[in-house]
Amino acid sequence: MKVLVPVKRVIDYNVKVRVKADQTGVELANVKMSMNPFDEIAVEEAIRMKEAGKAAEVVAVSVGPAQAQETIRTALAMGADRGIHVLHDGEVEPLAVAKMLKALVEKEQPGIVILGKQAIDDDCNQTGQMLSALLGWSQATFASKVEIGDGELTVTREVDGGLETVKVKTPAIVTTDLRLNEPRYASLPNIMKAKKKPIDQSTPAELGVDPAPRLATLKVTEPPKRQGGVKVADVAELVSKLKNEAKVI
Amino acid sequence: MSALVFAEHENGALRPATLNAVAAAAQMSDQVVLLVAGKDCGAAAEAAAKVAGVSKVVKVDSAEYEHTLAENLAPLIAELAKDHSHVVAAATTVGKNIMPRAAALLDVAQVSDIIEVVDAETFVRPIYAGNALATVKSSDAIKVVTVRGTNFEPVAAEGGSASIEDAGAAGDAGLSSFVGQSLSKSDRPELTSARIVISGGRGMQNGENFKMLEEVADKLNAAVGASRAAVDAGFVPNEYQVGQTGKVVAPDLYIAVGISGAIQHLAGMKDSKVIVAINKDEEAPIFQVADYGLVADLFKAVPELSQALD
Repeated sequence: MKVLVPVKRVIDYNVKVRVKADQTGVELANVKMSMNPFDEIAVEEAIRMKEAGKAAEVVAVSVGPAQAQETIRTALAMGADRGIHVLHDGEVEPLAVAKMLKALVEKEQPGIVILGKQAIDDDCNQTGQMLSALLGWSQATFASKVEIGDGELTVTREVDGGLETVKVKTPAIVTTDLRLNEPRYASLPNIMKAKKKPIDQSTPAELGVDPAPRLATLKVTEPPKRQGGVKVADVAELVSKLKNEAKVI
Repeated sequence: MSALVFAEHENGALRPATLNAVAAAAQMSDQVVLLVAGKDCGAAAEAAAKVAGVSKVVKVDSAEYEHTLAENLAPLIAELAKDHSHVVAAATTVGKNIMPRAAALLDVAQVSDIIEVVDAETFVRPIYAGNALATVKSSDAIKVVTVRGTNFEPVAAEGGSASIEDAGAAGDAGLSSFVGQSLSKSDRPELTSARIVISGGRGMQNGENFKMLEEVADKLNAAVGASRAAVDAGFVPNEYQVGQTGKVVAPDLYIAVGISGAIQHLAGMKDSKVIVAINKDEEAPIFQVADYGLVADLFKAVPELSQALD
């Protein structure tokens, strides 16, 4: 069985994001970019499936500008076997990405597609579910545990009230939550080896997908700044302030 | 046109987040229709009909909707959506799971986790963990929207008198099945709707120490939350997590104990009305957003706080 893992290049999660003065978006120039953390978890899970003998090949896919190749190389250095880069500059929405992935799934015929549950840039949390709909496959979102059975997966999902377990038929879509695994760091020899692994090139047009956004971004603004307040000396002062000044207890 | 709101319900009652979703939907359209799908969901439909501002309840009573499986619910929602201008759900784990699937079936974009309705096609949503706010306009014929509940005052659960209409089921997709669940049982209020929340971070050191927070919580009728660091360390289960990828809360009072204040945590609580931080590190970023900061050893301060509330 083949496992397909879509990965996205996003602003590194440690970077403090700055809104552009002209309100067209956030500052991306000279900002550290990394693989979306949820996608790292997805790559790790796919590699573990391969190491456990459950998967034959792990293919990493990224839709994005030329630099998205670096993100694919990161996946290859972690242990993915090969990459597919769909070259596209500019914004791309989850629905268009899902359509491109659908075209690639039809070509590659994976048994499982594992995606991060959301990207930490647009925080959409849509692509996996949309891909699943377009393929008519089952979906196990927000996974914290995946067990591969015969023609099915048993997946523990993180839900608002706790945990839920579902069985889904394969082929299936899985999206990762934080506690599915701890992604590995790529070792230096593996980083070197990754440079020789193949990355196929494609484009939205080749995949028959119009990447034009459906949503127009009218403006991007900074949220209202919260002012820091006062320091209190002790618990007695705190309780007194909460009772008499803030009147919340 | 009208807005179709996907209702979440359990044991014959609506989940609170549905009332926030109705409030948002009412700003998008004059007519709000609630969809109640489930097995033996008559009582939930009755409850839905009483919600203020709802003009109609569509009830779909069938076994395949007993558990909120996206593979079964999304085709139903997509089919019913064709009569509406908007399809709305709360941005809970249920809404997040089902709605993008329905949107893709309709070949429309989804606008996730909105915090404001500008007009019927324009919405504000946080991006980058709430470090930026995007105003987006949808050009799709049907707008599929999920709603961040804390930004919309819930409508009244009583006072309405909507009609209830039965609709046919879309069938079992046969792709997935529910096995079981382990939900935390607590007499405390739910995290996302509690008036007061007290959360612990890595500084709590272990799960046992969360008992100190629970003691304070019980005195204040508060919910207990946690930072990602505390959840990752295994102190408390995942459903306690407040932050970008956990729950978003906006209580009247948020007490952060032993939480440094990573961007991802602030994203989940910075809309709280009053924030208190207790941390021994006076440089901790949490103090930059706290209305009241107490630089102290939490193992001394929290028992004192508990005592002071007696």
